This record gives sequence, structure tokens and C-alpha cells, in this order.
Amino acid sequence: MLDNKGHPNRLGVWGWLGGGKWGLERYLYTLHRLTGLGLLLYFLLHILVTSARAFGEQAWAASMARVTGGVFVIGEFLVFCAFAFHAVNGVRLVLVELGWAIGRPIEPVYPYRTSVHEQRPLALGIMVVAGLLVLAGGLDFFLLH
Amino acid sequence: MRDQRLWTWHVLAGVVILVFLGLHMAIMHLDVLVGIFSPADPHPIAWANVVARARMGFFTVSYIVLLGAALFHGLYGFRNIVFELGIGRGLKSALNVVLALGGVGLFVYGAWAAWTAGALARTL
Repeated sequence: MLDNKGHPNRLGVWGWLGGGKWGLERYLYTLHRLTGLGLLLYFLLHILVTSARAFGEQAWAASMARVTGGVFVIGEFLVFCAFAFHAVNGVRLVLVELGWAIGRPIEPVYPYRTSVHEQRPLALGIMVVAGLLVLAGGLDFFLLH
Repeated sequence: MRDQRLWTWHVLAGVVILVFLGLHMAIMHLDVLVGIFSPADPHPIAWANVVARARMGFFTVSYIVLLGAALFHGLYGFRNIVFELGIGRGLKSALNVVLALGGVGLFVYGAWAAWTAGALARTL
């Protein structure tokens, strides 16, 4: 599946920048990848930082002191936003992969309609849900604390 | 066939992450709005709360499950992205080995930390 057969990935990472005829869903694909890579990097560091709790209270306090402050609050909020988007967009991807929300097969009669048209409400819906989660996170991070 | 199986595990791991990381995010970052599983102190990362959660077997198990699922999901996703760039067969094999060893190593270390923190919390 991963070996391309006669269709080499000529654009590489630059191909992520252009949505082309796929529009919104293509940009969601790019954002899903970028947030995924960001979350992975954070997660690998998070394992090392939070493992300090196995060494007792002082080690935990010292470890947390190293990642506390204004910059880290902004960073954590960005991680929260990345999680919110990646999670709800992941649900969309699973639904689409399972064949839900893409419509039934139809005759190719002009004006042509593709499954992209059928998926669009789902894509917009997940953006709204992600936006609400980000709003809730922003409220908790910056206003209620 | 092997990639199909790994992709299925990738999707299933994503569902597991959605549940457990969703809970983790709610506890840690929506603490004022949701306010769950931080019984000892308003701040979820206060040592007293870390101990309180570590005493619950549910959290030890959920951390280890989340650790395994997130490592697999993240590293397999990273592998797919790199493979798509059209790297050579030798690099692919090397990347497979590095990611598998790195993933297993981090899982063992993280699982040990979760288990040890639970054992430590029960003695306090």
C-alpha cells in the first residue's frame, strides 16, 4: 500500500501546501499531519518530563518547575488546540474511511457531484466542534485561572 | 496485507487515544470547567493530586494503555509520512528498526514510571 506504483510523490512535503481541487478537506489533511507531528514531538518529551513522578515529590516539583511559565502556558494551549483539532478531525477520517457521510454511489450525470460534496457538511461540523473545544480551552487557560 | 493490518491498528489506537487522552486533557487542562480527579488541590499537577490519581488502579492502567496506543499511533503515522516521501528501501528498513526500538524503549520506561508512581503513592 505504501509503495507507489508509477505515481512518485514528486512534490513531497511541498504538496501539502496546495489544496488544489480538493479544497477544504485537503487543507484539513495538511493540518492533521502538522498537528500530528507536533503532538508526537510534545508527547515524546512529555513521557520523559512526567516520569519524574516515579522518583518522588522533590523530583516531580523540580521537573514541573522546569516547564512552568508564560511561554509554557502558551505552548500547552497550542498543544490543547492541536489535540482538539486532531481528535475531531480523526473522528471525521474514521467515519469517511468506514464509508459514512460520503453519500451513495450515483450515476455520473452532468453536473457531476463527487463524494467531496457530501463530505463537506461533516468537515464544517468538525471545524465547529474543534472551535468550541478551543474556546473552552482558552477560557480555562487564560480567563478562569 | 501487513500494512492493512497495521493501518487498522493505527485507527483503533486512535479511538483508544480519543477516549483516554480526552479524559487526560479534561483533567489537566479543563480543570476549572470540568474539575474532576483533582481532589486534594485546585491545581491538577499538584503533588497531592498526582498521588491521589496514582493510588487509583484505573489511572495506572489507563496511562499504560494510553502510552502504548499513542506511541504506536504517533510513530506509525510518522513512519507513513516519511515513507511517502519516497525514501530508499535501506532507509525504510533502518527507520523501521529505529522507530520500533525507540517505541518499545519509551513504552517500557513510561510504563515502569506509571507502575512505580502507583506503588510509591500507595506507601504514602
